[in-house]
This record gives sequence, C-alpha cells and structure tokens, in this order.
Amino acid sequence: MASKSINITLKIWRQKNKDAKGQMETYTLNNVSTDSSFLEMLDQLNEQLINERKEPVAFDHDCREGICGMCSLYINGRAHGPDRGITTCQLHMRLFNDGDTIYVEPWRSAAFPIVKDLVVDRSSFDRIQQAGGFISVNTSGRTMDANAIPVPKVNADKAFQAAACIGCGACVASCKNGSAMLFVGAKVSQYALLPQGRVEAKERVLNMVRQMDEEGFGNCTNTGACEVECPKGISIENIARMNREFLKASITSEK
Amino acid sequence: MSNSALIKSSIAKKYWMAITGLFLCTFLVGHLLGNLQLILNTGEEGRRAFNEYAYFMGHNIFIKVLSYVTYASIIFHAVDGIMLTIQNKKARPVNYVYTKPSANSSLPSRWMAVLGSLILVFIVTHMANFWWKMKISEEIPLHTYKLKIDEHLGQSPNIDYYYTHVPSVNPIPKDTAQIEEKGTELFLKSSNLKLAEGYRDLHTVVMDFFNPDVNNLALLYLLIYAGSMAVLGFHLWHGFASGFQSLGLNHPKYNQLIKRIGQGFAVIVPLLFALIPILIFIK
Amino acid sequence: MKLDSKIPEGPIAEKWANHKNNMKLVAPNNRPKIDVIIVGTGLAGSSAAASLGEMGYNVSAFCFQDSPRRAHSIAAQGGINAAKNYQNDGDSVYRLFYDTIKGGDYRAREGNVHRLAEVSGNIIDQCVAQGVPFAREYGGLLDNRSFGGTQVQRTFYAAGQTGQQLLLGAYSALSRQIGLGRVKMYHRHEMLDIVVVDGKARGIIARNLVTGEIERHAAHAVVLASGGYGNVYFLSTNAMRSNVSAAWKIHKRGALFANPCFVQIHPTCIPVHGTNQSKLTLMSESLRNSGRIWVPKKKEDAEAIRSGNLKPTQIPEEERDYFLERRYPAFGNLVPRDVASRAAKERCDAGFGIEANDTNEGVYLDFASEIRSKGKQAAFAKGEHSASDERILELGKQWIGEKYGNLFTMYQKITDENPYETPMKIYPAVHYTMGGVWVDYNLQSTIPGCFVTGEANFSDHGANRLGASALMQGLADGYFVLPYTLSDYLANEIRTGNISTDSPEFEDAENEVKNSIQKFLANNGTKTVDYFHKRLGLIVWNKIGMGRSEAGLKEAIEEIGQLRDEFYKDVYVPGDANEMNPELEKALRVADFIELGQLMAVDALHRNESCGGHFREEYQDAEGETLRDDENFKYAAAWEYKGNDATQSVLHKEELKYEAIKIAARNYK
Repeated sequence: MASKSINITLKIWRQKNKDAKGQMETYTLNNVSTDSSFLEMLDQLNEQLINERKEPVAFDHDCREGICGMCSLYINGRAHGPDRGITTCQLHMRLFNDGDTIYVEPWRSAAFPIVKDLVVDRSSFDRIQQAGGFISVNTSGRTMDANAIPVPKVNADKAFQAAACIGCGACVASCKNGSAMLFVGAKVSQYALLPQGRVEAKERVLNMVRQMDEEGFGNCTNTGACEVECPKGISIENIARMNREFLKASITSEK
Repeated sequence: MSNSALIKSSIAKKYWMAITGLFLCTFLVGHLLGNLQLILNTGEEGRRAFNEYAYFMGHNIFIKVLSYVTYASIIFHAVDGIMLTIQNKKARPVNYVYTKPSANSSLPSRWMAVLGSLILVFIVTHMANFWWKMKISEEIPLHTYKLKIDEHLGQSPNIDYYYTHVPSVNPIPKDTAQIEEKGTELFLKSSNLKLAEGYRDLHTVVMDFFNPDVNNLALLYLLIYAGSMAVLGFHLWHGFASGFQSLGLNHPKYNQLIKRIGQGFAVIVPLLFALIPILIFIK
Repeated sequence: MKLDSKIPEGPIAEKWANHKNNMKLVAPNNRPKIDVIIVGTGLAGSSAAASLGEMGYNVSAFCFQDSPRRAHSIAAQGGINAAKNYQNDGDSVYRLFYDTIKGGDYRAREGNVHRLAEVSGNIIDQCVAQGVPFAREYGGLLDNRSFGGTQVQRTFYAAGQTGQQLLLGAYSALSRQIGLGRVKMYHRHEMLDIVVVDGKARGIIARNLVTGEIERHAAHAVVLASGGYGNVYFLSTNAMRSNVSAAWKIHKRGALFANPCFVQIHPTCIPVHGTNQSKLTLMSESLRNSGRIWVPKKKEDAEAIRSGNLKPTQIPEEERDYFLERRYPAFGNLVPRDVASRAAKERCDAGFGIEANDTNEGVYLDFASEIRSKGKQAAFAKGEHSASDERILELGKQWIGEKYGNLFTMYQKITDENPYETPMKIYPAVHYTMGGVWVDYNLQSTIPGCFVTGEANFSDHGANRLGASALMQGLADGYFVLPYTLSDYLANEIRTGNISTDSPEFEDAENEVKNSIQKFLANNGTKTVDYFHKRLGLIVWNKIGMGRSEAGLKEAIEEIGQLRDEFYKDVYVPGDANEMNPELEKALRVADFIELGQLMAVDALHRNESCGGHFREEYQDAEGETLRDDENFKYAAAWEYKGNDATQSVLHKEELKYEAIKIAARNYK
C-alpha cells in the first residue's frame, strides 16, 4: 500500500450548459497520489485549473463514501470506472498507472440531460418514485406495532438488498439501451417482498412502469450490464420480479 | 390501462419478444426433427420419409394453424425487435466517446438485433428457396420413382410412377397423356376423376441444392447455411435464457439450469441443422 | 433577551401528552391556505415535509442536492434507538431517556429528551409500515444490537446502511406527497437568507444552483432541517457539501446559536492519509461490538510498526494494550464516543500511535478474537466439535462477513488492506455537532415562525450524542413533534392570507445576497476557496478538536479572525453568477464556516469545564477523565450575533433543570 505519485492525461467532456455543444478536452495532471480517490484527483485538477484562471470542471458529488448516489462519471468506458461494487468516490487512483490516459464522460441517456460538464439531471428517477415508489400510510406513527407482522428473514434480506439502491443511475449509463429497469425493478421488488407493500403492489408496478416509459428510458434486453456495474450489486432477479409483478398486475388489475 | 399496458409498455414488449422467441425455439425443434429425416434414412426410403413428412406438415390442420402462428411469431418477433432497437437508440441520443461494454456483458447479448436481422435475411432466402417453391410457385415436381423388379405387376419398368399418398391398387404412371397434375392431386386426363394424391419431391430439391455434382453453387449455399446456423446459435445463446428472465422466470435455484439448457440448445440445435447439408454435400 | 424554553409543567412523563392536549390546532380546511417552507430533506426535513404535506399544508421543500434522497442522513450506518424492549433486557422509555441524558453528560434538556424517548417506539412502527427493511431474526421479528453507552440492545438496524433505509423511507413518504401535489420540491436550490417581516419568519431567498437565479419564496413559517456544521473542520465524515449556511443565516438575523463548541469526534474512522484528502470515512460504531481497540504496550513496537518493520499480527497478546478495556472494564470497547476518542488521542499523544502519517495518529481495531470465538460457536452449531483451526477461522470470517461485510469491503477499497487478516487502523474524526440553533421545547428558534429540527438544532444530545440517537431525533422531530408544535404556531396565521414577496424586506434580503455574490466574483484574489477552508480546518481541528486549552483557544480566535480578513481580500472565485458555479457555492459556505469557527472557540473558551465532547485540558482528573462544573456551567450557552467578529457575540444562558434525573458524575468504569 505504498503510496506513490503518478502523472496522467485526462480527456474530459466539457459542456457549458444543457443547450451548449460540448466536446472532449485534454488535460495533463502531475503528481497524483495513488492514495487519492478519483474525485480527489478531480479536486486536484480543479485546483490547477483555477490557479491557471481556467474554468473548473463541474461534477456531482457529496458524501464521498459511496452512499448518497450523487457522484456519477463514465470513466474509461465504464460507469464508476474500472472496478466493481463501488461508486466513483470510492474509486482509487492506485488502479491507474503512470502515463495513463483516462476518459471521463457524463452519463449518457435521453432521460438524464446534461446540466453542465459532467453533471446530469436525474430527476426522472424522482418522478418514477413519485408515481408509486411508496406505501400509502400516513405519518401518524400509530399504524401498528412494528412486530405485528413477522416477515420471513429471507424476504426481509432480499427487500433490503433491493432497497440498497442509491439511485446513482449507473444502470442506465452502462446499459446499451439506456434502460432504467434495474432501478425500477429494485424499488418494485423492495415493496413486493414485504407484506405491507403487497396491498398496493398492482397499482405501484403499473404506475412506476408507465412513468419509466414516459421518461424516455430504453428497453431491457437482459444483457446484465447493469448488474455488473451497479455499485451496490443489485441483482437482475429484481427485474424478473418486476416483470412478474407487472404481468400479474396488467392481467388482473381492476383498472 | 392494463389492457394497453399489455401491448404498449416496455415490459410488455419484452413479454412478446420472449413468448414469440421461446415459441420459435419449439418450432426449431420440430423443424429439426423433420430435417433429420434427410439423413436418418437414405435412398428411396429416406426420400419417402422426408416427403411424407413435408406433406404432413402441409396438410395437417393442427400443423397448419401452428405454421401460421409460426409465421406470425417470426414477423412479430422481428417487428417488435426492430421497434425496440429504434427506441433503444433514441434512449441514448449521444454516444460515449469511449465505451468498454465487454467489461460487463457478453457479445451475443449486445448484438441481438444484428444477429436477429441476419437470421431474418436467412429466413427470407430460406423461404424463397424452399418454402416458396413448395407452397406458392408449386414448381417442385411430384415424387416419382421407378418400380423395382419384384413390384412389377405387368407395368412397364421403364417409366416413372407417382409416389402417392393413399397407395392405389395400381401405381399411377407419370404419363402426361393419361394423367393430369392439379397441384399434388392426380386426375385422369380431362376428367374430374381424382385418382390419388402425390407428394412434392422436396427431398430431391434439397439434396440437389447442396449437391456439388448437381449445383455449382452448392458450396456457397452450404457456407451461407452453416454460417446462418452459427448466427442462430449466438442469438439463442443469449435469447433462450433471456426469454425466461423477461417472463419473470428467475429463481436462484433454477437460473443456472436454464442458462445451461439454453446454451446447450444454442449449440446443439444449430449444429444439427448445419450437419445435415454438410453430410449431403460430402456424400 | 430572556430565554424561555417553554417546557410544559407537570411530571416528566406527562409533559408531552399534556402539551399536545393544550396546543392549538389548524382545521383541515384552513391548512391549504398556509404555506410552509422546509429547508433540507434529510431525516428531519423529509419527514417533516411528508407529515405537513399529508396534513394538508402547502409545503415547499428545498435541498441543494439533485434529489431529496441524497441528504447526508443517508450515510448513517449503525442504527436507530427505540425503547421497544423487544429483547427483554430491561429497556424502557425511562432508561432510554436516562442513558441519553447521561450520555450527553448532563447538558441536554430533560423535557426534550424524555419526549424523544417516548416517541422512539412510534418511529420504528412508522418505518416498518413504510416498508423500511430492518434486519430481522429467523422468526421474522425485528433484530436489535447494542451501541456505545448503553447496556441494553435497543438499536434497530439495516446492515450498515440504516440511515439510508430510514431516509429512503422518509423520501418515499415525501415522494408520495410530491406526486399528490401537496409538496413542491425545489432540488438543486440553496437557501442563502431568511426573510423576517415584522419580527416573523416570512420566507427565504434561495439560489437556483443550475441557473444561478436568485429566487424569493414566501411562507407563513420556515423550518430549517439543514443538518450540522462538522465541515467547519474541512476533514470530517460529513458530506462534502454539508454546511452551516442556512443555520448561520438565521443566526445572523436574530436566532441564537447554542453550544457551538459541542462537537462529536467519532472514534472509529479511517485515519488521514494525505494532503489531497477531501473526506474522512466512518467505520460504524457497531464494529465496536466485535472489535477490540489496542496499541502496542511498547513505544519501540509502535515505532517499528510505523516504519514498516513490524506487522501488528506479530505482536503477542501480552504486548498489546487494550486501553479501553483496561480503563473502562464495565463498558469496555463500548464506552461512549467522546470517551473512546479521547482515550485514543491520549495513547497517540503519548507516542503509541501506529499510523505512518504526519501525525502518527491511529490505533488498531482488531477482529481476531471475535473471528475466533464466533468461528468456534459456528462450528459447534454445525456439529463440528473438533473443527480445525483453519475451519474455525473460516467460519469466523464468514460470520464477520455477514455482519459487517459492506464495511470491511469499504475499508479495503480505501486503504488497500484486508481487515479480515490484519487489524483495521482507525482514528477519531469529526462526525456530528451537538450544538446548533437554540430552540425552545416547540423547536422554535428565537425568530418567531422559524423552526429548527434535527442536527441543525441544539436540543437533545447535550455535550455528547450516543450512537444511534441522531436518526431517532431527526425522525422524531419531523414526524411526531413538529406537526403539533408548528400547527400551534400556524393556528394564529389562518387569517394572514398570502405573503407577498414584494415587500422591502424581501427586496433587501435579495440585494444583500446578490451583493455578496458579486463581491466574491469581483474579488480576483490569488487563492482558491479550498485553500482557506483547509487552513480553517487545521486551526479548528488542532485547537477546538478533541483537546482544548485556554491558550490554544485564544490563538484560534486570533488566527480565525486573521483568516477571515485574508479570505475576503484574497479569495478567487471563478465563473459567473448566472450559471452552475460550484466554486461560488463553496465560497458562500466557507464565509459562514469561518464566522462559526470563531464562535466555537469563543464558546469553548468561556466554558471552563470539561463535559462530553468538550474537553478542556485544564479540567481533568488524575486519570484524565473529564471534570464537569455543574455549579457554574449547567446551562446551554446561546450566543447572539453581533457582527462577524465572534468575540462581540453576546451570551444568553438557559439554565438546565434536572428534576427527574439526579445529576451525577458520568462513570463508565
């Protein structure tokens, strides 16, 4: 784990705002500690750009510990870069070598328009959630005792694994079709697996899928790329569950 | 909304792709079993078996319905696939400058549309070569044969006789002066008297098609055919298991099994299909 | 100014119930006529927005992230406390209340904390009903674990991602209200000022972070749920963009800021590695259930480890100093955070630190014993009574993996070391801020109509927060307290009608914001914002960190004052006002952090005692334990803003009364 310094070349997508035309720009950055995270490397680049009186690169980030889902970036042809089970903020420079050229691009999807440089607008995910990603209980806290309904551990665990989604959009970014089915499948699954979510299961899956389609995401062709690139390792089993739920709901729903 | 959801939604499109695709897999099995008649028996016996099979396929009402379902499936699978592909392209209007999909997905899974299109081209030529001749243009001659000496009951040994569906007491000679062909039906010349029904000799068409002695382009046809089967194999490699996933049939206990069966299917079925013309070619 | 905490009369267990019975209500048909602004969408903000939207108020919610789901509550790992006593180990509302007051070193308000303990059970009920997938046992019922500072198992959890699951639960409730049109969500918006009209909070000025537009938003009440100020240290476990600005703006407009020096330093974080580091990563406190904390007994061993000549696994058991177990046998590795942090610092200051960084600061968190013992248990349960050593280790690692797998992976990704094979290196890092905007029992600040919830207020954790209590407080405030107390306030607003944004007060506030932005952009200095933020961080960490002295604090006040002047003179902010400009956002935040940093020093200097996270080196006993001074400092110190020099701030004291709990020395031995 000896830390060393490397020099790298960066090719980064720059775009002034959502309407502007963007292009790749090339930057050289020296003395990058291999202990740095990828975002710390970008901090370093920005420090350099600011000192050169150039405009720093805009990128989304916040928690820097892989849980908020804010960071994105398509690095060297892969969502969240060349490592598995992590977000970009957890990607470390020790995975790169001295002299490497690194491509950094924003998520590409019709449903994720670019805001600036590497920043994209993922509010389509929020709208999908608003269409049905919830259980309609009021917030009185006087529903029923938390232990009133036992949930089989295996279901609770699976619901949790689905719920671990951080909404970063890597699934959409890495899918060749720009499909959001892993995201939606995970949300549908979390509730479908829990007894308290079954009550509205039909309406939920129909509404969420309708919203997903309206947002302009592509269709799933089961390449499985999303599952591989998902920082939280969410399984495409959840997509299959959504497919089941949707079939059941479309056939039997009252509406 | 549920009704339209079963047609319009992105997930419904997946169901239809899966249902038609998996149905076409069963069609492949049926087709293959038929084709195997070409090589399981040789000589006149094989010829009869195959042509009988071809006749059965064309005349059984159940098979007929099934065949229309098959045509519909092919068309639906192709049209739906093209529509999906167009939509999917729209979902990413600007491409990545640098992308490395091999890190996260298999080649066949990403090339389904291309593989499918190639298969569609193959199906069109395949149907032009065999199905069109068989069903529409009716240019395939009827199955005729020479009598063996011991079958010789006063008939001339030198002329051809029709191989007929319901064997008549006396073999019907291929004699345009006496017998008139209406489709596969054989009539007494200038009358409404149907004597019997013959078989189209698809066997010979196929055999000649891949026989270098008869057809100068046989090698080319063989290569195209075998190549198409390879393409089919790749398509099935992903498509088979993918169909199950699309229908929601995913269970940790069975996923591996489905995947293995799919891969086995993707190798064995196209291989056997391809083996038939190869054997014909080298024989 | 006389501080009125408005704690209801009556016995402690009846205060909240009585108060609820006596508060005013707003009828359902009147609620849609009333606008409420909520700033921040973490646990406190999302739950408040969802609840108030559900009730029928016309709610606008603001967050600077691209989605409300990304607020930093999401990063809380370990769990949430609730006095459910599902584990039958003697827990009760009173015990949770008692533990929290004691854990806070008797600097929290009794009334608030008891209310928190009372509603804690409802939080779990609510979350389960919302579909939060808490960990369960094989029987299908909810599982619990222990946390520091307690002797019962009352912590509910969802692997190491409890905060995420709770926030997503609140976010789902909020999403539902947004979908129903009852809450209007403004994402990528940052509040830059509060607007006070005729003495009441009447709206905010916010910047659209995408277009740069400065917007006016009016409401009958403003709720701040904007989180804590840990990022004043630059390096902390907070998210990079967490900030004090919303709270500081209302402080500047008249809200008192209480106990700013009460900061929690979390004992188990990954040590600092380099100068470009932007963030410190927490390793959940739950790890202390299984890990043992130690340093070498001999200094030369520590040196050998630092120079890379010795591996920790080569040091025999008898040469290790398990200093928490040695000093605090009753609680061992599960002492409260402030105690554990200070003990680690004590060892490192004495030269036993094991991390090879500039400061040698780091201690071991070792799982070897737990791996062995759990491995043995697992082998026994499987009927393998004579399992080999390797088999026991294998089973033990499996057990650890199931329990803490995600944390171990995270550790390995960051440090490139495998914690299954070699002990984790940890060191305390800034994590949570107990101080915050002063609020009364109703969560109202000293600006009428401006309420403050969650970490942004000061109320519930005293001088030290117990683990798994922050999530509890955020949700309690948002779901179960604010809906009542805010309605009580709004009952007087049903005749007010629409609030106009054309008033001179809005005009002035907007102009002030625009001016300060223009000043930064025109400044054309030579240093980046981060340069100043890092310098500020070093001053506060070294002088207002784990150990504080009179001399150091005086220096800090001086140095921060100089830094402030230098910052305004020499900072360079690129870009324009009318576009997405992250550097500008940072500059506006750091300006507030600098002022806050100085107030922290002023507060720490005036508090001549050691309590909880506030450790004044002059006030300790022979064994290095804190010496509290209840006679002179049993109060919340609420500061009034008097310009950007914090030494001019005016102190107001809220005397803390302990009626239900007998105040005592805090002892975890």
